[in-house]
Amino acid sequence: MISIQNLSFSYRKNKPLFENLNLQLEAGHIYGLLGKNGAGKSSLLKHIAGLLFPQQGHCKVMGFESRYRQPAFLQNLFMVPEEFYLPQVHIKGYLNTYAPFYPNFDRKAFHNYMEEFHIPVDQRLTEMSYGQKKKVLISFALAANTKALILDEPTNGLDIPSKSQFRKVIAAAVSDDKCIVISTHQVRDLDNLIDSIVIIDDHKIIFRQNVEAVTDRLCFKNVTNMAEAGNVLFSDSSIRGHAVITPNEGTEHSRIDMELLFNAVLEKRESISQIFN
Amino acid sequence: MEFKESQAIYLQIADHMCEQILLDKWKTEDRIPSVRELAVQLEVNPNTVMRTCEYLQQYEIIYNKRGIGYFVTPNAGKKIKQLKKERFLANELPQFFRNIYLLDIELDELKTHYEKYKKSHFR
Repeated sequence: MISIQNLSFSYRKNKPLFENLNLQLEAGHIYGLLGKNGAGKSSLLKHIAGLLFPQQGHCKVMGFESRYRQPAFLQNLFMVPEEFYLPQVHIKGYLNTYAPFYPNFDRKAFHNYMEEFHIPVDQRLTEMSYGQKKKVLISFALAANTKALILDEPTNGLDIPSKSQFRKVIAAAVSDDKCIVISTHQVRDLDNLIDSIVIIDDHKIIFRQNVEAVTDRLCFKNVTNMAEAGNVLFSDSSIRGHAVITPNEGTEHSRIDMELLFNAVLEKRESISQIFN
Repeated sequence: MEFKESQAIYLQIADHMCEQILLDKWKTEDRIPSVRELAVQLEVNPNTVMRTCEYLQQYEIIYNKRGIGYFVTPNAGKKIKQLKKERFLANELPQFFRNIYLLDIELDELKTHYEKYKKSHFR
């Protein structure tokens, strides 16, 4: 569905952001894109959406080169950026203007999502708070029913109840023909939604595995004494004990601690990648 | 549903589904809620629920009617007990053995405790 080949890009000379970056993403999955501040998460998403152009290499979505922004491509891709602008109109006006660009737009679904988020539809967009606007945009994005859906930090600015509503609407939106990419720092908001983890660092993709493969090979546990843990690949200690990652030696699958995995991949890249090769 | 920290989500969902069957909320030969419905209700990825269904199907607790959905197997209760026993022996018992070994507790001593427990709780 999304295919990035040998992508190189830099905002300034001699300061490359991406160097020969490769990434393949398939339909039917929710990918979690993780990376440190400034690692290039948003820039990568913008390349996919055709908002930034590769200096070398290719970025294709459904066979279309993103940078050419052909209508058939734009009809089937929606991106919710982290920072956005909404015009000074009523929600109805917004729908009438923008929905026709998306042939699969489902108005009924839009109203259902708005209801799920408890947003009255008869409001002017400028009268709304940041969080409410974001929910309008997320509702629009889901209702647009595009094959590719890109969400940059979607839970930023959402209050506590809407995070749960967000998880419900995303869970309802996945289907075999859709590819959803979510970048996030708040992995705990989304860790049960994400089924594949993509980590970007050091100008390239350094980790890309589905949750099943991770739990097949790694075991996440909390121990009070490091001696109990056995062969520890990575650990993080706090008052509550030690959160550790060990190789999975045939025990029952454990729950992924995505924050711990992220830190482990960044700090112990060699030993972690060996396990997956 | 509140998820615990230690166990994979698909296994926790399996426990949750088995409980619905044991509590008779989902009856034998009933169609259980669809993968999508469960995913929305539990706020998880539908692929995770799918994995749970495959797992429970493998233990013959639910079965698939193509194009219709998953149904509760006759005798599901028995199969659930069998699965739980298997998982207990594989995962919790070694932990328990480790503790009693470290605390120098002999099996004979344990037996008296166990008899006492059964008497006060189940008779």
